[in-house]
Amino acid sequence: MKTASAENKVELVTLRETAPPARKEEHGTLRRLARLRWGLAAGGVLLLIVASAVLAPWLSPHDPLAVNIRHRLAPPAWMEGGTAAHPLGTDQIGRDLLSRMIFGGRVSIVVGVTAVLLSTSIGVLLGLAAGYVGRRTDWTIMTLVNVMLTFPFVLLALAVISVLGPSLVNMIIVLGVAGWPIYARVVRAETMAIREREFVLAGRALGMSHARIVFRQIVPNLVSAIVVIATLQVAQVIILESFLSFLGLGIQPPTPAWGNMLGEGRVYMLNSWWIATFPGLAIFVTTLVINLMGNALRDWLDPHMKL
Amino acid sequence: MRSYISHQIFQLAVVVFGISLLAFGILHVLGDPVLLLLPQNAGKEEFERYRRLLGLDQPIYVQYWKFVSRAVFGDFGKSWYADTPAFQLVIERMPPTIYLTLAGLLVALLISLPLGILAALKRHTWIDSVCTAVAVAGQAAPLFWLGIMLIIVFAVRLRMLPASGYGTWQHFLLPSLCLGAALAPITMRLVRSGVIEVMNMEFIKTARAKGVAEPMVVVKHAFRNACIPVITVLGLQFGQLLGGAIITETVFAWPGVATLTVESIRNQDFPVVQCAVILLALVIVVVNLVVDLLVAVIDPRIRTGA
Repeated sequence: MKTASAENKVELVTLRETAPPARKEEHGTLRRLARLRWGLAAGGVLLLIVASAVLAPWLSPHDPLAVNIRHRLAPPAWMEGGTAAHPLGTDQIGRDLLSRMIFGGRVSIVVGVTAVLLSTSIGVLLGLAAGYVGRRTDWTIMTLVNVMLTFPFVLLALAVISVLGPSLVNMIIVLGVAGWPIYARVVRAETMAIREREFVLAGRALGMSHARIVFRQIVPNLVSAIVVIATLQVAQVIILESFLSFLGLGIQPPTPAWGNMLGEGRVYMLNSWWIATFPGLAIFVTTLVINLMGNALRDWLDPHMKL
Repeated sequence: MRSYISHQIFQLAVVVFGISLLAFGILHVLGDPVLLLLPQNAGKEEFERYRRLLGLDQPIYVQYWKFVSRAVFGDFGKSWYADTPAFQLVIERMPPTIYLTLAGLLVALLISLPLGILAALKRHTWIDSVCTAVAVAGQAAPLFWLGIMLIIVFAVRLRMLPASGYGTWQHFLLPSLCLGAALAPITMRLVRSGVIEVMNMEFIKTARAKGVAEPMVVVKHAFRNACIPVITVLGLQFGQLLGGAIITETVFAWPGVATLTVESIRNQDFPVVQCAVILLALVIVVVNLVVDLLVAVIDPRIRTGA
């Protein structure tokens, strides 16, 4: 008798609980739309950043390398002692901070995009091999992935740069080669799932070659996942690149990069906070809009994607 | 359980082997130690003599075997710079790094647990939106910039806390806040999604149906189950956490392994770099193993493979 009443209660509760989902789903759609709008706004900002980096020679008010010792450590225009000629102030040897920031974006964007292209190519190929061939290939590649994922990315980059020496190309290679495991892991899991689907079986039955199945049937199904990860990874790579430059192991001065500007500004942060603050803000805003865009892209391409 | 443990330990052995290969390969395959050690104008005979002296004229697998058989006993060679064993240098710097990592983890949990649970319980309200927005922003902020901003605000402007150094509890505040703030966003999102998932489960409905008070449902039934994914991911994130500690150390001049590594890279002191990289990786691997076993103890589904 007692158990029966308890069951009834449960039944009642479940009934009450079943009503909301319809509303929840509606809510989810609204959220997705809202996110999409954010994503579009973020895309707009990113476009501005990229455009200013591309058009740097025409946009920047001064030569980013022009030294003017008499105007050193000038504060931003809105502060006491600031001039309209240097809207964001000047650094320790009187170079215009705004111009250096506009030019600094070039390094971040070039490194971010090329390193991600490199790691995407490696990761996707290895992931496809692991997922499609399976067995020993799979084991070897996944062990490698585990080793790489155990290693902090920063540590690996530091160790390699220390041997190869700091330069733009070396940094792209390091960040590109170190970043592939995440793609390999996702691509492998998806490939294993797709491999068992009926259209692949049909392809085999029709006598398609393995290469054709992999590149014409499996890869197209992976594109959205890869695009989303790659977008989010660009932000990660930009942060890492700036960190390496910040330590003096990346882009070498006097070439302006957000990271090395931040590193130089650190020395002067006691009195001149702007030198370190603005380049950092540039990194922050850039990675933020890339992340927002990546999230929106994921919702738009496939809301069920678990990344 | 026993087969689960032995499987995990086998995996660990493979990963450790891989790491030793990687650390060895970076120096010996990518670069040439002699080239780094000798001045550029050294003669050809000089190079040859050093190559023989360091055993670099032997086949690469012999060199690797020598390296590993010494490394197992903590012999990574002498520092090229300080003339002390590399192992000793690195071990001395290990405690500050570990304390910083733990303090950062603590701060991250203090921020992310309450906020994550709150966001999950108040889902689709402004509280949830604010928490999510802060998390998204937090994930984008570069750690080293965050650290510098903290220094400018709390040390330079307000003069409340020391900007760098090590020793008293005040020295811990800024670095651990910096590291914790970097780890908190992802942890918060995990706690949030974990709690949301658990709150929709049948046993929560049962608990409510039994008339268990709502706070009790959240704390005892939901939170404990939501912990499993959080612990797993925190364990996996430990490498990232240590990576974060590396960045934090360099900003706050924290006398840990990371500052030692960066210094050694600047001095081209490779035995120390090699030793630091391997030991840090070992710490991560062991922590991952402990976390895996811990999760298996909490969640019987994992160890039985169900």
